[in-house]
Amino acid sequence: MSGTPVLRVRDLTARIAGQEVVHGVTFDVPASGVTAVLGRNGVGKTSTLRAVLGLIERSGEVELDGVRVDAERTDRIVRRGVGYVPEDREVFAGLTVAENLRLADRGGSGGATPERRALVDALFPDLVARAQQRAGTLSGGQQQMVSLARALLNDNRILLVDEPTKGLAPRIVGEVAEALAAAAQTVPILLVEQNLQVVERLAERVVVIDAGRVVHTGPARELLDDADRVQRLLGVHAERPADETAEPEAAR
Amino acid sequence: MSTLVLLLATGLGLGGLYFLVASGLSLIYGLMGVLNFAHGSFLTLGAFVGLAAGNAVGAGTWGGLLLGLAVGALTGAAAAAATELGLIRPLYQRHIEQVLVTVGLSLATVALFEGIWGPNPRPVTRTAWLGSTTEVLGARVPNTAFLNVLAAAAVLCGIVAFLRYTRYGLIIRAGVENRAMVTALGIDVRRAFTLVFAVGGAAAGLGGVLATQSLNYVSPHLGASLLIFAFIVTVIGGMGSLTGAAVASVVVAVLQQLANFYLDNTGDLIVVLLLALVLLVRPSGLMGRPA
Amino acid sequence: MSHVRTRLLTLGLPAAGLLVLLACLPLLAIPLPGVLPGYTYEPGSLQLLALCFLTAALALSYHLLFGLAGLMSFGHALYFAAGIYGLAIVLDRTDVPLLPAAALVLVGGIALAFVVGAVSLRVAGISFAMVTLAFAQAGNVLVRRDQGDLTGGEEGLALATDGVPDALVGVVNTRHLYWLALAVLVAVHLVVLWIERSRAGHMAAAVRENEVRVRIIGGRPYLTKLVVFVLAASLATVVGMAYLLLQSGASPTTSTADFTLTLLVMVVLGGVGSRWGAVVGAVLYTLLDQRLGELAHSAAVAGLPAVLRVPLSEPMFLLGTCFVLVVLFLPGGLAGAAERLAARRGRVPGKVAA
Repeated sequence: MSGTPVLRVRDLTARIAGQEVVHGVTFDVPASGVTAVLGRNGVGKTSTLRAVLGLIERSGEVELDGVRVDAERTDRIVRRGVGYVPEDREVFAGLTVAENLRLADRGGSGGATPERRALVDALFPDLVARAQQRAGTLSGGQQQMVSLARALLNDNRILLVDEPTKGLAPRIVGEVAEALAAAAQTVPILLVEQNLQVVERLAERVVVIDAGRVVHTGPARELLDDADRVQRLLGVHAERPADETAEPEAAR
Repeated sequence: MSTLVLLLATGLGLGGLYFLVASGLSLIYGLMGVLNFAHGSFLTLGAFVGLAAGNAVGAGTWGGLLLGLAVGALTGAAAAAATELGLIRPLYQRHIEQVLVTVGLSLATVALFEGIWGPNPRPVTRTAWLGSTTEVLGARVPNTAFLNVLAAAAVLCGIVAFLRYTRYGLIIRAGVENRAMVTALGIDVRRAFTLVFAVGGAAAGLGGVLATQSLNYVSPHLGASLLIFAFIVTVIGGMGSLTGAAVASVVVAVLQQLANFYLDNTGDLIVVLLLALVLLVRPSGLMGRPA
Repeated sequence: MSHVRTRLLTLGLPAAGLLVLLACLPLLAIPLPGVLPGYTYEPGSLQLLALCFLTAALALSYHLLFGLAGLMSFGHALYFAAGIYGLAIVLDRTDVPLLPAAALVLVGGIALAFVVGAVSLRVAGISFAMVTLAFAQAGNVLVRRDQGDLTGGEEGLALATDGVPDALVGVVNTRHLYWLALAVLVAVHLVVLWIERSRAGHMAAAVRENEVRVRIIGGRPYLTKLVVFVLAASLATVVGMAYLLLQSGASPTTSTADFTLTLLVMVVLGGVGSRWGAVVGAVLYTLLDQRLGELAHSAAVAGLPAVLRVPLSEPMFLLGTCFVLVVLFLPGGLAGAAERLAARRGRVPGKVAA
């Protein structure tokens, strides 16, 4: 592990409409590489990410680069250098691809410098061609590219990426994983992912959540090699091919 | 034939006024989920202050009218921005309370206007041209109708350009779709809130001064009487849709004029029936996104 | 359960005592300076108190909509006005005596509420508020237009007393109208209480909290809301008919949107979701409205500089400002404040017994 963690989460609790969905999770995200958050459906992985950003009501400690941010507004936290790629992409359907990216550009030195723009263009050539197309008319995979590009345009201290391969065709899953691997060279990533092949390829560490609590942390290899443990903690078999669960891309 | 032309022209003029009120309501609702009951008060205040400014330069002159329109728009914008900052923002995300505050503000301000300017309508002095008519296809169309249509078209183009070509416009369009995601991109969406209030208030203030020219009077209840039709327009057009508001403004106003003439003054009732019909067929309005 | 019984006793006894006291007021000579214009037995005082009771009953019916089912209607005045104008017109145009006439108007009010509710409830939240407002506005337009000389337009309509029992007519009989108003308030309160504790009431509260969940467990939110809407409207119609007798006339102001807004103000002042809050809010509002109106015309205010005189001479300005301040700084209204005060004194905060 390299030095101090970029994100420290201590005893984080989150509520949606008054109902507690995350019950005091504690974990660190080291300053490099990919940390995967694993767990069955509905155990509070997405809520944990949203609570870190202050998008839902939360209590507990969240430290970004050694600074407490748990009392700050979402937009302030993000401007400290957090890139968020939400579940289900959440691109602005009525805006063009170019407008989606323009909106995401945080400006100044932390925003879209020519170098970062070139990097994003190189990663997603498809988006350059479709710059004037409305995001709502893109395929699920293309929307995911927009969502990733929005985060990668800016200079971030950390990326929070929520189920980027959900519902994508296997070929697109590979492209998304590639883009994430490229991004991980420069910025640490906290990744929520159900597809264990993607986790295996990208993640160095895992945090396993069950029923709103952290039940396991450790190196990714160690967990994924232990089929019994994977079965017990995640309710799936590690060997299971990813595309079996994938919905057709057109579903979204 | 000439009667029909006249009704269509006056309908368009009235529709222009509706649109000036409804555009702000729709934008504010679309972005913030707030039903702004105080919108009528922005209009009334804009009308009184705008007229006072115009009269100071010269009642019944073009210079006075132009200054009045500008001051009315500025007054509406300032009142609206102050309302957003002082009353709406402290109740962030609590939509019911936000509506209640605007209800209280509207009750209090109408009473205050009555106290300051008296409860009864006061006549206004118009320029000679605005007080007369122009013949179009045999119909003597009041010139105020042209002014209203012109102003509404200008405001529509202005707002559309603002939404399309400025960064804040981009933020507002995105915010109408998904406000949480806009903040998750590091944008303080609250500044956009103040801005839409100001823009809506400016349109209402402008509409206030224009309404006094059409009606030939100004009264503390000017806003309230237009507000209800603006509400109907907003629902019919689809809450949050600017184009919907524009189309519905014209449809509602023209229908109202036609029914008032051909169906024994039943315009107001026909409009409510139209509302009921739209709700039965398309609850999200003409151009609203399905809920 | 025993604690419910103790609760009923601790709450019920003072309530019964208050009721007896209120019922005896027309026979007593108690001066309430600053609140009532004279001794309690005088017609002026009784008229004001009766107005308070009817307003409170109307606020209770609105509480059913807004507090219980979470339906923010801006058109509740429509059903109140339907009661007032309906009865006034039937008495004016026919020879039907009071009670059958009232029954007829009630049926009409229910039918009206059913149709309007069925349409309005197709939308929710803010749209619902606007749509109910539009319908009420249509009612207001009808009343003001005076179609076929039915409603008397801006002038309003005087009560035709032929079909009304003599005991309910004239200033000398104000105490009878006072008792009638008190009876209406008690009856409406009991009906509201009964609805709140019924299955439909629990369902309505559940719909307010989470409509999706109600649908998942097999409930029918639309139907539940429609039932509450019609019940609240019927109560408003009944109160409206009593109001007609008390004021011995119908005035178009009772059909305006502003009138519904004042109901909203009362319920929020008292505390949304609290029955007693609605009653207290309505009584306080009515008394303040009266007293502030007198303050406005007093010599003390007339002597003030314009900056102070103008706002002080507008009761609605003061009430509206109060309302804004309550929404901003006193969440839960008076009932909420009382609860917090009780909690600070170390008692368990009193919740509405379910």
